[in-house]
Amino acid sequence: MSDIVRALEAVIARILEGSGRADPAMRRAAFENTNLTGPTATLVRKVAEQPSRVTDADVAAARNAGLTEDQIFEIVVCAAVGQATRQYHTGLAALEAATGRPDHG
Amino acid sequence: MRLSILDRGQTIGTRALFAFIRAVSRQPVLDVVKMAAYRPDFYGRLMQAVTHEAMRGPSTWSVGDRELMAAVVSKANECEFCVNAHTATAARAYGDGVKVAAALSNLETAPIEEPLRVTLRMLRTLTREHTVGPDDMRTVLAAGVSRTQIEDALAVCFAFNVVNRLADAFEFFVPEPDAFEAGAKYLLTRGYR
Repeated sequence: MSDIVRALEAVIARILEGSGRADPAMRRAAFENTNLTGPTATLVRKVAEQPSRVTDADVAAARNAGLTEDQIFEIVVCAAVGQATRQYHTGLAALEAATGRPDHG
Repeated sequence: MRLSILDRGQTIGTRALFAFIRAVSRQPVLDVVKMAAYRPDFYGRLMQAVTHEAMRGPSTWSVGDRELMAAVVSKANECEFCVNAHTATAARAYGDGVKVAAALSNLETAPIEEPLRVTLRMLRTLTREHTVGPDDMRTVLAAGVSRTQIEDALAVCFAFNVVNRLADAFEFFVPEPDAFEAGAKYLLTRGYR
């Protein structure tokens, strides 16, 4: 279990704080699904909340708004990992509440 | 694939390897493999370590159980590519495609052990509703699932909540069943690294 937590933290640190083509502030906003506007906000929200509803037009709109393919790649990865991480933490917190024991990972 | 860099942007060495794999296996290289190999330093390498640990690391859930969890989470996310991939892998791991098909079509009546059933139900709720509560967890615990088993199942759920999103957002091509069978064989011999 602790191996998983460490591995997961390594992914998050890399995509948010490591070098990339998209601005770190935008990557963090995508991860958190907040503080974005326009087509980027739409794409990120769909990836996080309704991924099967993402369309060609959503990706084209992000491109037309000035994002390169590499930036879109990074933003989508951050949005996906962010939402999955929130769900994972929600699950662990519910388990902790049910067992009355803190999770030491 | 909606981003051409994920199709053709890998290094020359990686693309040569893909051409070799296509020639030897006579199967297309799956889009999930292409994505992981695109700038692997940004996402692929570290995420594959997470997925491998969740799916093949130490756990009292069998590999078949975890592949079935992956298929159920993928179905809850309506991700056709990942449903097909992990249905094939779970069926091969269990040596029982009927059981896997039954679990995916009706979890309540499928011939599976109760602890696995309640765990799959909880993962489905978390994936669909984006949340679960203490009562959901108490139900799972009451069926005899240990705290550690729940943590292990949540790790599987995490990995597939990531990759389902990417498969949908980038629109992975869904190939013929043979390609997923080849992928399943690979995942059961080599894992996710």
